[in-house]
Amino acid sequence: MLKITDLHASASDKEILKGISLTVNAGEVHAIMGPNGSGKSTLAQIIAGHPGYEVTSGTIEYDGKDLLDMEAEERAQAGVFLAFQYPVEIPGVTNAYFLRAAFNELRKARGEEEVDPMEFLDIMEEKLKLVEMDATMMQRSVNAGFSGGEKKRNEILQMAVLAPKLAVLDETDSGLDIDALRIVAGGVNALKRPDNATIVVTHYQRLLNYIVPDFVHVLAGGRIIRSGGKELAHELEAKGYDWLLEPVSV
Amino acid sequence: MTESYRDQFAANAANGGGEGPTWLPALRAQAFERFTALGFPTTRDEDWHFTSVTPIAERTFKAVKSAPTTLTLTDIAPWLVNESWQRLVFVNGRLEPLLSHFSELPAAVQLSTLSDALREEPEWVKQHLGTLAGFDRAAFTALNTAFMQDGVVVRIPEGECVEVPLHILHISDAHAAGAAVHPRLLVVAEAQSQVVLVESYVGLGQASYLVNTVAEVSVGDGARVDHYKIQRDGIEAFHVSTVQVTQGRDSIYHSFSYAAGAALSRTNVYTKLLGTGGEARLNGLYILDGTQHADHQTFVEHLAESCASRELYIGILDGSSHGVFNGKVYVDPIAQKTDGKQTNKALLLSDKARIDTKPQLEIFADDVKCTHGATIGKLDEQALFYLKSRGIGGENARALLTYAFAAQVLETIEIDSLRLLLERAIFARFTNLALE
Repeated sequence: MLKITDLHASASDKEILKGISLTVNAGEVHAIMGPNGSGKSTLAQIIAGHPGYEVTSGTIEYDGKDLLDMEAEERAQAGVFLAFQYPVEIPGVTNAYFLRAAFNELRKARGEEEVDPMEFLDIMEEKLKLVEMDATMMQRSVNAGFSGGEKKRNEILQMAVLAPKLAVLDETDSGLDIDALRIVAGGVNALKRPDNATIVVTHYQRLLNYIVPDFVHVLAGGRIIRSGGKELAHELEAKGYDWLLEPVSV
Repeated sequence: MTESYRDQFAANAANGGGEGPTWLPALRAQAFERFTALGFPTTRDEDWHFTSVTPIAERTFKAVKSAPTTLTLTDIAPWLVNESWQRLVFVNGRLEPLLSHFSELPAAVQLSTLSDALREEPEWVKQHLGTLAGFDRAAFTALNTAFMQDGVVVRIPEGECVEVPLHILHISDAHAAGAAVHPRLLVVAEAQSQVVLVESYVGLGQASYLVNTVAEVSVGDGARVDHYKIQRDGIEAFHVSTVQVTQGRDSIYHSFSYAAGAALSRTNVYTKLLGTGGEARLNGLYILDGTQHADHQTFVEHLAESCASRELYIGILDGSSHGVFNGKVYVDPIAQKTDGKQTNKALLLSDKARIDTKPQLEIFADDVKCTHGATIGKLDEQALFYLKSRGIGGENARALLTYAFAAQVLETIEIDSLRLLLERAIFARFTNLALE
């Protein structure tokens, strides 16, 4: 589904990714772990099409298409979803409006009819339960005045509504208490299907107790320095990242 | 140029403008002399540096011809905001009793035309009219005072609370072409009283006219006045407005000023915090396009201890429009524990649009908290990316965020029907879609 080959990328002339290769197949859950500043959020944002990074070499193939040649909205319409680490607040635009607008954009891109507000309400009802959100949240402005946990749950709600093929969760666990973490992870697990894939970007192993990965990759200094199964995450939990990092050259 | 109004003033005085209590013609004459002495402001005046009123000064606006309007309630329905509100409707400066509806107020509350108030309570009017809005250094206020027509007087007695908004709607149509109207508003909210006022200015058609309005608002101890001004004058019109407020102890004055109309507009909101614990909330939104010019000036004088002021002005400018924001805050040596915050944000949608913003803080007390911030710019890239990452394409994402930029100040509108009206209008303007 996703094939990243020797990806190099920079921001403001500073190289952040220094040759990433990664293949994600349908039905798989991949965890990307690593210390702060390792480039894992950058990777997540590049997959989603953030304009702030320059891909200097390498390729990303998604469903047989050149992902890097697509605008962010085209990627979304093709089934790529990024759950933001810092979801943006949009005053004056209700969650209901925003979600339906996004939902309809995706339908239009697939040549399907748009749904009207009443039909959409029915769709929402079930999705709200998934993330244990109250229907009143739909009438509030997107993320405006939401708590940290509400923002993250709102991201998963969007994911549930948009039903992506490839979901990338960027530090979705950061700043969550254990209840919110359980709800968010429960939502992600419920959305798992044999024909979609999930990339979980996280600093901590904690989330991976709830979302069990098939593969774990450790990113450091813009490279994947170790890949393994879920046991790698436990090892990292016990030992930290230091044992994997190259010694500092003097 | 100001002399060209002398004949008009003389004619006015001769045929009715001199009616009312004897002090009134004297006040008008004094104001007119001051107007001619001051002349129209020029860009050499510090307060008018970015706004040239040459298009107003170089012509002589006539008095509007006095004929009852043929407009019906159906015609004006789109501008009523909420039909259940008590309202005074003026067309081309003249009160239209058949379009108005203001009889359902608590008995003690006074809502009347200036001429009625002058006839019934001349001494009370004298005590207030012209005492808040001085014209010594303000040519447009002097001009208004010399020519003020049927104004509105609102008096809320001590402890009275009027929850339903009072709407003062000024409509100018084709008959206003080439004419000036000088609406006047006097509001006295006595101690512990509350009132919500909505002043609307609407232009029907393309006529070029001048609206030169002055409001005097006295907010008594513990009183609260919410004052909304919605300016949607015609695109060829000129609109100059001054609101002068005084606030007593623990009072709240909340103003929201919306400007989307007029070729050239100037909106002044001045308040004096005279009693401890007073609070001024001054917010505004201006949305401009084409060659429109809108200038907003605020002046908050902290003249007592422990007062707070909050200002948020938002501008969205397209075409080659020009916005000006000048926010002055003065903190007197006596005004310790002042808490002031001023924010001005402008969004430029075109390379030719321009904003001049000038926050001015003059602080003479040492134990105060005062901040101001001005941002000018384009849409937030991260927010755009967020929308795009949800499949919402560039154009639509921009439109939605432009609306959201306005929405951050629309949220301060506490009247649901008014907020919804503006939200819908502005949403449709930027997205070409309807907001449910």
